[in-house]
Amino acid sequence: MADPIKQFQIVDLFPIAKIGNTDIAFTNSAAFMVLAVGGITTFLLATTRRREVVPGRMQSIAELSYEFVANTLQTTAGKEGMKFFPFVFSLFMFILIANLIGLIPYAFTITSHIVVTLALSMSVFLTVLIYGFWKNGLHFFNLFVPKGVPLYILPLIVFIEVLSFISRPVSHSVRLFANLLAGHITLKVFAGFITLLGSLGIAGIIGATLPLALVVAFFALELLVAFLQAYVFAILTCIYINDAIHPGH
Amino acid sequence: MATTTTELTAQSTGAAAPFPPFNADTFASQLFWLALCFIFLLVMMWKVALPRIGGIIDNRLQRISGDLAEAAALKGQSDDAIAAYEKALADARARAQAIANETRDKQAAEADLTRKRLEDELNVKLADAEKTIAATKTAAMSNVRGIAADATKAIVERLIGKVPSDSAVDAAVADTLKR
Repeated sequence: MADPIKQFQIVDLFPIAKIGNTDIAFTNSAAFMVLAVGGITTFLLATTRRREVVPGRMQSIAELSYEFVANTLQTTAGKEGMKFFPFVFSLFMFILIANLIGLIPYAFTITSHIVVTLALSMSVFLTVLIYGFWKNGLHFFNLFVPKGVPLYILPLIVFIEVLSFISRPVSHSVRLFANLLAGHITLKVFAGFITLLGSLGIAGIIGATLPLALVVAFFALELLVAFLQAYVFAILTCIYINDAIHPGH
Repeated sequence: MATTTTELTAQSTGAAAPFPPFNADTFASQLFWLALCFIFLLVMMWKVALPRIGGIIDNRLQRISGDLAEAAALKGQSDDAIAAYEKALADARARAQAIANETRDKQAAEADLTRKRLEDELNVKLADAEKTIAATKTAAMSNVRGIAADATKAIVERLIGKVPSDSAVDAAVADTLKR
């Protein structure tokens, strides 16, 4: 049976540079990042090249993704939040396309690595922190002091608020990472059962239809998860950005 | 170097190797490529793709709202034209009514005038005629009295052979006519 963990292995394709003691090589992960980013950019630019007033199918997809993210951002963070539209849009598209490419057999899933999702969530966290202090100054601390809370439990509430704020990047990144990782391992395990049972003769081949059906069903679920996790990541980003813009609860 | 060795061990020994997502040796390269790719994507979206798509959508919205405004303006114009037409029609109707009324009143007044003149004339003629009739009647009556007196005188003369006096005859005629 194939090792279900092997799909997450990072393999050097060719070395690029050496910074200090660390090798910076062009890896399979890097290749799929380049593929995702190149794919998104090429698709959006190619489909909107003619700038048609009555859009064709492909231009509609580009416009749909634009309006989807724009509406999400505007409803959660308001008009001021639109400053961060390129950032949120890039995050959403990058995660969505990375998730979807990862579902192609033999493809590498960039977002199944905690360091990638943590880096993305840290970029959100730092954006919120820097913009929050830059825009609101010390009023940004209002975020941790909810209004209308009795004074005697206020220290506890503030402590909890600070803790939840600091743990945001962790939950933000682990949610995406764990979903993708678990989904891909499950797919691989069930797919492994097919070949395992299939090698046992006629009865095994008949028995193998069950894991095959499960893999098909699970793949559909994973498609949903791929979209949903990108959406969840984007909408949480919107909510955090809203906190940076309007820190008073 | 470290990356290659862990990979080699991972491939050869399987389970003993660190779980790939937690293999810290790959972090630096992943972060490097992620930063490179994501910043490229961000810049491309920010400076090229999103302004273009936003422009397309804005352009369409403007076009639609422009078309709607034009349609509304045209509808306003046609409404104005209909209102003007209806006003003209109502005016014309009112004027026609006024002219008809005026004409009828004038004609009625003229007819009244003519009738009154005719009536006056007829009344005058009637009065003349009545006067003539009365005169004729008076004259006829006095003639009748004369004839009656003469006849009475002649009858009495024939009956008694004596001519009665004029005064007695006149009294008798007058007495008879009074009855």
